[in-house]
Amino acid sequence: MGSDHLTLIALLTPAAAFLVLAIVAPLRRAGRPAAYFSILGAAGSLAAAVGGWRAYDGAVMRLAWEWLPGQGKPLATIGVLADETSTIMLVLVALVAFLVQLYSLSYLSEEPPPGLGRYYTYQSLFAFSMMGLVLAPNLLQLFICWELVGLCSYLLIGFWYQKPEAARAAVKAFWTTKAGDVGLLIGIVMLWNVSGTFDLGELRMMVSSNQLPLAGLSIITFCIYLGAMGKSAQFPLHVWLPDAMEGPTPVSALIHAATMVTAGVYLLHRTAWLFALTPDVLLIVAWIGAFTALLAAVLACVQDDIKRVLAYSTVSQLGYMMTAIGAGVSVAGFFHLLTHGLFKALLFLGAGAVIHAVGSNDLSRMGGLARRMPQTAIVFVVGTLSLAGIPFFGGFLSKEEILGSVWGGGLVGPFALLMLVAFLTAFYMFRVVFLAFFGAPAVRPAVAVTGFSPIAHYDAAGHHGDHGSHEHDPPAPMLLPLWILAVLSVGVGIYSTAAGRILFFGPAAAEAGAAEHAAPGWLTPAAVGVAIAGIALAWLTYYTRTISASSLASLFGPIRTAALRKFWIDDLFEGVVAAATLAFSSLIGWIDRYLVDGVLNVVSAWTVTTGDEMRSIQTGRVQDYLYGLAVGLLLLLVWVRWSLM
Amino acid sequence: MGLQAYLTLAAIVFGIGLFGVVTRRNTIGILLGIELMMNAVNINLVAFARFSGSDVGMIFTVFAICITVAEAAMGLAIVILLFRIRRTVMADHLDLLKG
Repeated sequence: MGSDHLTLIALLTPAAAFLVLAIVAPLRRAGRPAAYFSILGAAGSLAAAVGGWRAYDGAVMRLAWEWLPGQGKPLATIGVLADETSTIMLVLVALVAFLVQLYSLSYLSEEPPPGLGRYYTYQSLFAFSMMGLVLAPNLLQLFICWELVGLCSYLLIGFWYQKPEAARAAVKAFWTTKAGDVGLLIGIVMLWNVSGTFDLGELRMMVSSNQLPLAGLSIITFCIYLGAMGKSAQFPLHVWLPDAMEGPTPVSALIHAATMVTAGVYLLHRTAWLFALTPDVLLIVAWIGAFTALLAAVLACVQDDIKRVLAYSTVSQLGYMMTAIGAGVSVAGFFHLLTHGLFKALLFLGAGAVIHAVGSNDLSRMGGLARRMPQTAIVFVVGTLSLAGIPFFGGFLSKEEILGSVWGGGLVGPFALLMLVAFLTAFYMFRVVFLAFFGAPAVRPAVAVTGFSPIAHYDAAGHHGDHGSHEHDPPAPMLLPLWILAVLSVGVGIYSTAAGRILFFGPAAAEAGAAEHAAPGWLTPAAVGVAIAGIALAWLTYYTRTISASSLASLFGPIRTAALRKFWIDDLFEGVVAAATLAFSSLIGWIDRYLVDGVLNVVSAWTVTTGDEMRSIQTGRVQDYLYGLAVGLLLLLVWVRWSLM
Repeated sequence: MGLQAYLTLAAIVFGIGLFGVVTRRNTIGILLGIELMMNAVNINLVAFARFSGSDVGMIFTVFAICITVAEAAMGLAIVILLFRIRRTVMADHLDLLKG
C-alpha cells in the first residue's frame, strides 16, 4: 500500500471510533470499554500513520474524490494529500493523540463512566479532525477540519462544564479563535475569487508559473494569517490559550500544546509559497511573532499556576515558529513545531502527573517532589532542557534554525527579541523545576485538605485527599507516555545535534533550508549561552536562594505588576467587548422601544380612541337600531329610485 | 277608487306602524306597531290581487294573517318572559347590547 492509502486509513480509524462511540450509546456510557475502543483506534491510526510516513518515497501522493461538482472540474474535492510535510505531521498528531488517550485512562480514572465515554468520544473526533486538517488537499477541507478542531477544543476545555471557569474559558476560546477564523474564511474565498480553485496543488502551480495576480494578494494572505493568529494564539488573539488550561491536563497537552494550536503554523508552512509573494505580510508575521514570544515569556515568569506557565510558554514558542515563517524559512518553524509538539506534550503530561499527586496546580504547594517522584522529575527536566534549547535535547537544533533564519532574514529587531525570549524561557522553566521538584517540601495545611479549591477538586481526578502517601510516581499508563516522549525528545535532540541538520525531511528540504540562510558561527554559543544564563539565574534565585526572589521582583516592579495583570490585555478586551455590546444593545433597544414599539403603540392608541368614540352609537336599544334600519332602507330606496331616473 | 288609493292607505298605515315601533317606550306598543306594519303589507297584497285579477295574492294574505297571529302570540310570550326576568317591559331599559 502506498502512503496515500495508509494515511487515509490513519484518518478514517479515529473517525470510525468516533462514529461508533457517538451512535452506540451503551458503549459510550460504559466508560472504560469506550476508552479501550478509542485507544485501540488511536493505536491503529498511529501504526497506519507511521506506515504512511515510512512508505513515503518523495512523490506527492493524493487521493481525492469529487465533492461539490462544478463546470469542467469539481469545485471542491475531499481526500488526502500525502507529502513530506503532511506525513510527518500526521505521525506527530497520531503519536501524541495515542499517548494522551493512554495517559487519560489513568488520569481520569475517577471520572464517572458516562463522562469518561464522552471524553473519549471527543478525543476520537479531535484525532479525526486534526488529521483531516493535516492531510487536506484543498483549503476548503482544511477550513472544515479547522472548525472541527475548534469545536473539539471548545468541548474539551469545557469538559468539566459544571465548573463556571471552565465553561467560561471554553466560550472565550471559541469566540477568540472564531474571530480569526472569519478572516481565514474571507481569505480563502478571496483567494478562490482570484484563482478559481481551492486546491493547494493547483494554487502552487499557479504561483510557480506566475499566473496569480499580485495586486491585492497582501490582503488575502493577511486574512489567512488572521486565522492562524487566532488558532496559534498570536498577539492580540492569544488571550484564550491560558484560560484554556481549565480543561483536563491531557487535553491541554494534546490540543493546546502539541497539535491544534500549531495548526496556524502548519497552515502558514503549507502555504509558504503563497506568503513568499507578499513580503510585507511576512514582515508583520515576524514582528507579531517575536512580540508575542516576548510578551508570553514575560507573563510566564510571574505565573504561579504550573499549567499557566506552560500555556504561556506554548504561546511564546508559537511566536518563535511564526517568526521563522515571517523570516521566510517556514521549514525551520515547522521543524520547531514537531520538536515542540514532543517536548511540550511531555511537559504537560509531566505537570499532569504532578497535579495528580499534589492535588493542586499551585507551585507554592509543591516542592521537593524529586525525591518522591523521581521518574516524573527526570522526564520533566528532560522536557525543560529541550524547551530551553540545550544541545542534545529536542528543542536545540530547531531553536537554532529559527534564530539563524531570523538573523539570516535580516530581521535584527525580532532576532534580539527572540534572544531575550530564549533567556526568559530557560529562566521560567527552571523556576518551575526548582520550585516544584527541589527545595523544601511545601508546608501543607492539614485542615484544608478536605475543603479543597474547585480546581484541585476537579483537576486532581485520581486524588484521594490524603497528601503524603500519594506523592509518588504515577501508575504505568501515565508513566509510559512520559518516558516515550522523553526518549523521543532526547533521540531527536541527539540525532539532530549530531547530524546538524533537519532530520525528518528529505535531503532536498534540508539543503534548501540550509541554503537559504547561513547562520553565523557565533549563533550557537550565544543561544546556548543565554539559555544557560537563564538557568543559572533560576538556580541562584529558586534553588540556592542566593538572590532573593522578592528583590528580583522589586527590581522589575512595574513590569511585574503589569504582567500579573496580564498587561491589561484581557481587561481591555473585556472592556471593549462589553462597551461595544452595551452600545450596540442600547441602540437596538432604542430602535425596538421607539421605532418598532412606537409604530405599534400609535396604531393601537388610534384604534382605541376611535373605538371609544364610536361606541356611543351602540345604545343597545332595539328601537334605535330599527330606526337606523328604516332610515337606511329609505335612503337606499331613494338612491335606487334616483339612479334609475 | 283606483289602486293608488289603496297603496296610499297602506303606506300611511305602514308609516304609522313604523312610527309606533320606533317611538313607543312600552314593548307591547312596539308589538302593536309591528302588527300595523304587517297589515299594511296585507292591504298591499289584497289591493294588487284585486287589480291584477289573480287570486294568488288573496290566498297569500290569508297565510300572512295566520302567521301574524302566531307572531303576535310569540311576541307576547316573549314580553311576559321578559317581564318575569327583568321586571320591566320598557324598551329604554332593555339595553344589554349597549357598547
